Formats: sequence, structure tokens, C-alpha cells
Amino acid sequence: MEVSFALTGKDYVIVAADTTAARSIVKMKTDQDKIKILSPHLLMAYSGEPGDTLQFAEYVERNIRLYQIRNLYALSPSAAASWIRRSLAESLRSRNSYAVNLLVGGFDTTTQEPHLYWIDYLGTMTEIPFGAHGYGSYFALSLLDRYHDPDASLEEGLATLKRCIDEVSKRLVVSPDRYKVKVVDKDGVREVEL
Amino acid sequence: MARRYDSRTTIFSPEGRLYQIEYAMEAISHAGTVIGVLATDGVVLAAEKKVTGKLLDLSSSKEGGYGGSGEKIFLLNANVIGGVAGLTADANSLVNYARTAAQRHLLSYNEDIPVELLAQRLCDLKQGYTQFGGLRPFGVSLLYAGYDPHYQFQLYHSDPSGNYSGWKATCIGANIGTAQSLLKQEYKDDITVKEAISLVLKTMSKTMDSPTLGSEKLEFAVLMLDPKTKQPRAKIYKPAEIDALLLAEGLMKKDEDTEMKGV
Repeated sequence: MEVSFALTGKDYVIVAADTTAARSIVKMKTDQDKIKILSPHLLMAYSGEPGDTLQFAEYVERNIRLYQIRNLYALSPSAAASWIRRSLAESLRSRNSYAVNLLVGGFDTTTQEPHLYWIDYLGTMTEIPFGAHGYGSYFALSLLDRYHDPDASLEEGLATLKRCIDEVSKRLVVSPDRYKVKVVDKDGVREVEL
Repeated sequence: MARRYDSRTTIFSPEGRLYQIEYAMEAISHAGTVIGVLATDGVVLAAEKKVTGKLLDLSSSKEGGYGGSGEKIFLLNANVIGGVAGLTADANSLVNYARTAAQRHLLSYNEDIPVELLAQRLCDLKQGYTQFGGLRPFGVSLLYAGYDPHYQFQLYHSDPSGNYSGWKATCIGANIGTAQSLLKQEYKDDITVKEAISLVLKTMSKTMDSPTLGSEKLEFAVLMLDPKTKQPRAKIYKPAEIDALLLAEGLMKKDEDTEMKGV
């Protein structure tokens, strides 16, 4: 029952994901980090088929890093998201494709703007102000419709995220109890405690 | 003696030189001059056309197309103009390669290719011909005038060996010694496009063989930011626009003005 959320605010993006590693009906552990830091100003939350998710996330991580080493600057969030989407779309059309859903959030240092991209395993990509993957989306999207503010401060953004998490805890049959939350803004990437 | 090391591109001479590469550079030093100047709000390119003559059919470049006669200055991508000096046929092949590389980047990343990356792509290709035997290197130097969000306006130069470098003002082709010293004297770090246009045309008029400048001997292009969209916009001048520019800069001879009326 994976859940991941992301929302933009004034000059930042918050990305949150549950930390449960489950197999069948068993919780294997509850402290797995499902948000990769791809570059100094880029975050990616991944969910989907276990194994595929980590394999694909590491593939993306290494390639984004390679671009940065070769060119001395990192890809912009939109360029990185476009490359990731294309990788997934090409994978989908191969013999064995990755079943991975992603939320890519980043801060574009050239324009000083935050960007958030929603990508699914079919290679769909849209830029959004807030979004979710997994069962959490059934509960959180209406809340975010109501409470999301693109000019909100970080504290207000985290409060909105808290509402989403609380709603999932209240209504989802088997809800995750722990989340990891990361923020990206002009100063880079950092983890925050809710 | 030297002949022994001439015939293969990839064999070092005892002095540690690659003769074919040096000959390729020599070929470029006879080609029409291309001058590039980097300004604070844009980049300016000008090129001397060598293929001229009364009977040459220039009608296709007068109207239609994106400007330029297809001899010296090309649009490589929405954000990069290329100026070439050397073997025109080789240059056409490289221009085609550059455009393909730029579109490949667009397909992968959904953004215009960064200028330096495009220069690198071409240099990777050019370097290959200095190392893998049997083939002649490209007899072409290029100037890349471009814009990207990482480093704003940029001007690069690449040569047949696959070396490239960034410049504030530079030139390739014939008479580059004269042009370069003129540019060094006149260039200021806070130069604007308007001043850069004058500088380029002035330098060009002093390096070209013929004393008069005119659209039949000149190609001209400017890359600036669109004031509304803030996106780079390349303008490659059409012959009539070049004549108008030369007239405004006072670089056109009086007797050519009579020709202008016919245009």
C-alpha cells in the first residue's frame, strides 16, 4: 500500500513517501528511503514493483550524475524529467519493462523556479502543482485541491502535507505509519521531520 | 622526408606532428574570413563569401529561406548560429551533423542543446579523424554563436584537430592575424550588440581583399533575446538587409548605391 505525495509552494517543492518495504502481506521493514537525491536541486520519489523501482532509480541517479560530471552543471529539472520519461517510455516498449511510478521535484537554478513532474510507468508525464502516487492519491488529491497554495510558505506547505498524511492514516485500510519528507529549494535538498 | 608521414592522417612524424591536420588548418587559412564577437546582450557573426560573380544565381537567397546564402552562415539550432571556414562540402556535412545532434538532444531532454555541448559533439566527430586511419580530416573550422540558460551568450571556435575554445571575439579563415589584432584593440568587455555590429563590419572591411563591402560578398547574423519571450532568436540577414545595414554604418561605397536601387 505505497503512498507518495509532492507539492510545490513559494520557491520550494516538498516530496514525501512512506518508508514501508512490504512483501505480500508482510511488512519487511519500515525505514526504507524511497526518495532519491538525483542532483543538488533534484529529488525523485519512486514507487511500484519492488526491484524495478530501485534498479530504475539507481540507473537514473547514475546517468544524471554522469551528465553533471561531463558538463560541470546539472540538468535542469525539466530536462532531467524529460530524460527520465523517455527512459521509461523506451523501457515500456522493450521485452521487460520497468513498472515504476515517479514524482520528480526540483528547483531550476537558472530561472529560480520550483518544478514538479508526475510520471507513471506508461511514460505519461505532466507538470503539476501537487500530486500523488499509490492509494494515497484517492484521499489526498481532494484535500490538496482545497488546501494547496502555490505561494504558501514552507511551514504552510508542510501543514498541508500533514493533512494528507493524517487523512490516509484515518481512512486507508492498511496505512503506512512512517514517512520520509524531503524539500528542495534554492539552497538545495534537505530532509525535514514532520 | 616529410612526405613519409603525410599520407596517413593518424601517423605522428618524428617531431610529433600530424601533418594532415596541419594541412587541413592551412586549407582553412585560405578560406573566406568569419568574425564573431560576443556582446553583453547578444552575439554577432559576419562572413566573407568567396563564391561570387555576375552569373551566380542568387535569387534563392534573396527571398525565401531563413536568410543567408548557404555558403558561410547556418542556423544549427534555434539557439545556435554556425559560421564555417574551409571546404564548403565538408562544412555542409558538419552542419548536417550538428543539426542532427541538436535535434537528438531536443528529443532526449526537451530543451535546446547547450552551446558548448553542441561544439563538443562536433569536436568528438572531428577528433575521430585524427586518430582512426584511412580517412581525411574535415577541412573546416567553425564559429558557434549561441545562447543557453547555463552560460547565457557564448562564442566558440573549433578546428580540424577537434580542439575547441570559448572566445569574446575571434575569427577564422584568411587574414586572421590582422583581424585578431584589430579585435584585440577595439574590444571592450561591456560591448553591446550595436557596438559589436560596427566592430565586426569595420574589422571585416579591413581584412577583406576587396575595398568595398556589399551583400554579394558578405553574410551577416545576430543572435539576441526576444524582448517578449526572453528566448534566443537568431537573425540571419538577407542580402537587402545587409545592404541597408552597410549603408547605415557608412561602409558602402557611393557607386554601389546606384546598384542598390535595382534591388
